[in-house]
Amino acid sequence: MSNELIEKIVDSVLQGRRNKDDEGIEEGMAGEPGVAELVREALDSGIETNDILLNGLSRGMELVGEKYETGEYFIPDMLTAAEAVEAGMEIMEPHLVKEGTAGGKGKVIMATVEKDLHDIGKNLVSIMLKGAGFTVVDLGIDVPAKRIVEAVEEEGAGLVGLSALLNTTMSNMGEVVKELESKGLRDKVKVIIGGAPTSEDFAREIGADSYGKDAFAAIREAEKLLK
Amino acid sequence: MSERGITVNKPYERLSREEIKMIDRASLDLLEKPGVLCYHEESVNLLEEAGATAKKTREGEHDAWWVSIPEKVVKGALSTAPSKVTLGARNPENQVVLDAEGKRVHFGSGSETNYWLEVKPETFVSKEDNREVVFPVMTRKRGNLDYLVRSAHLAEQLENLDFFIRNVNVQDEDITTGNKDVNVFFAALNNITKPVVSGVADYGQLENVVKMAEIIAGGREELVKNPIVSFITSVIKSPLQIVAETAEKLIAIAKLGLPVVISTSPQGGSTAPIDEIGMVAQVNAEALAGITINQLANPGAPVIYGAVPVRARMDDLHDMYGVPEFCHYNMDCAQMARYYKVPCYSTAGVGDAKVPGIQAAIEKMYTYSAVPFAAPGLVHYAFGLLDKTQTFCPEQAVLDNHKIGMVKFLYRESGVSEESVERTKKIVEEVMHSPYRMYARYARGMLRRGEIFGGFPFEGESEDQDQTLLKVHEKLKALEAAEPQHLAEEQCRKIFSEIPGLLPRLNPYKEDK
Repeated sequence: MSNELIEKIVDSVLQGRRNKDDEGIEEGMAGEPGVAELVREALDSGIETNDILLNGLSRGMELVGEKYETGEYFIPDMLTAAEAVEAGMEIMEPHLVKEGTAGGKGKVIMATVEKDLHDIGKNLVSIMLKGAGFTVVDLGIDVPAKRIVEAVEEEGAGLVGLSALLNTTMSNMGEVVKELESKGLRDKVKVIIGGAPTSEDFAREIGADSYGKDAFAAIREAEKLLK
Repeated sequence: MSERGITVNKPYERLSREEIKMIDRASLDLLEKPGVLCYHEESVNLLEEAGATAKKTREGEHDAWWVSIPEKVVKGALSTAPSKVTLGARNPENQVVLDAEGKRVHFGSGSETNYWLEVKPETFVSKEDNREVVFPVMTRKRGNLDYLVRSAHLAEQLENLDFFIRNVNVQDEDITTGNKDVNVFFAALNNITKPVVSGVADYGQLENVVKMAEIIAGGREELVKNPIVSFITSVIKSPLQIVAETAEKLIAIAKLGLPVVISTSPQGGSTAPIDEIGMVAQVNAEALAGITINQLANPGAPVIYGAVPVRARMDDLHDMYGVPEFCHYNMDCAQMARYYKVPCYSTAGVGDAKVPGIQAAIEKMYTYSAVPFAAPGLVHYAFGLLDKTQTFCPEQAVLDNHKIGMVKFLYRESGVSEESVERTKKIVEEVMHSPYRMYARYARGMLRRGEIFGGFPFEGESEDQDQTLLKVHEKLKALEAAEPQHLAEEQCRKIFSEIPGLLPRLNPYKEDK
């Protein structure tokens, strides 16, 4: 029974179904239990949170990643799968808190820097980070350096992810690094940047720790930085 | 209804109804005066019996007739020409059903190039920094039977290729005028299950070619029902001259009841006026003259209005395909054919460029996007042609297959309906209340149903080199590895025992081949 439920969770993640109302990759699945309902059922039937997390949600995302690598899945599939995992994590959260294991792989502050209103890339990374088991605090777009640093302090985050799409706003990423230094937080938090005009060289130039050339690289880097 | 090709729901109409009528009038007037210069006595007799007047003359070493064809003869012939013509295929699912009043467009190959362009990746070392770089090296080879076999096999694999016109001229030592037609038709028919459309070089070989097709189709009646071979006759030598040997073939094919394209290819600036009205009035008159002879020979015989008007380069008078005038001429002809309710054979996708690359891509995409939008039934020359029509490159054909896929996608219906409007409103509302306000989830269904175009499949990884051709080369190798769809062994045995002149090396079942 427990194996069967876990397999159903994996399959629902692969189908990107948050709950019973969602269609899957294949049509005609609406009405069947999605990740939220299945996780609830698993918890009610006494399956351990660790089992649900590792063999259900995380395993599902791993398979999604493999399918992406082989070209079977595309970005929309990854995003919907990550959303499905997030829906499962919401159900899991009170239980994890109770067990003292909440927080997963670490806390990440995400923001598009000041004067920049673009958020597709930042949202993509936020959703994928959540799907990969990180706790994400997304500050949104056009966020001043001071506000980002405040959030790092308030949340006790281990990683800051900064996004910019414009040549004219990317320099504000450097402002965040400087602000972290001036508040004495730089050695407590890692900084990763991304966005079309940025590069590995630019990351080095402004004193960031890492550069994510795409969402998947960003997740891999986050895993390394918060290990 | 044919499943092949693509429907252009609202074809582009460059000419107004009044302009069409004016061109029709001009063409009919030209056919009456100066008329056509005909070198074929049987055609002259057919035209005279129908009401034309002819005056014998001498052109060099040949007898010829100035024939004045009155409007009633042309219109009479048009009234018997069928508006629907089926190009048969070894696999009946691959039949191309042409409807002059429909809007379905089909893409095919052509046109007996003398050269095959081979692409081979080679590694070079940069003198600047000793970097190793792989570049595609191209070599022009003379066309031969092996290349023809390869191109027919490739054409079978290209999903956007609907009909096959042989694209390589065979220049093997053992190919002669007397055995060329049977060998090239067999090379095509033995490697492709789509419609084969072709000219016949030697009138004397027509009977053997038809016999071969009958063996494959299962008899004369079956061949007429499913004409796995259709013919092209360049019966007109522009301006307005009817060629004796081709006219003879045209009449013979009409009497067999097999589909035939009346192909006329005047060059604007040399053998036709370069301006749009001048070119279209003349090429239209030429196509009508061919259709008239065809219908007088056998009223109701399947015939296709084939116009291949091109423009001359002003520096050397070579053909030019990738230019605006070419598109104007061809879009106009598509409308004229529709006006006469005769299926149209048109042209797009020829590169004037000598090799695959930026120039070829611009020229090809330009005409692909324009001419088919006028909804001619057939678009030939659409795969792999370069250097005007002198060179065929298989990698280019693979690239062109992708471009045609893009063009077909472009002509899709908008999908606007009451239901889709309601669905859109619901989705926007859902997304506006979701955490990230992203539509990715809703793109997924369309992605899976093939409703989202897949993008460019030959994108390279390099940041400082165009790797397209290298990627296409890999794709070509994969396509060429597919199992050939040969004729059945019994069919081949019968063909090789009954058709003279076939080269044993073409027989896939011959042990010591």
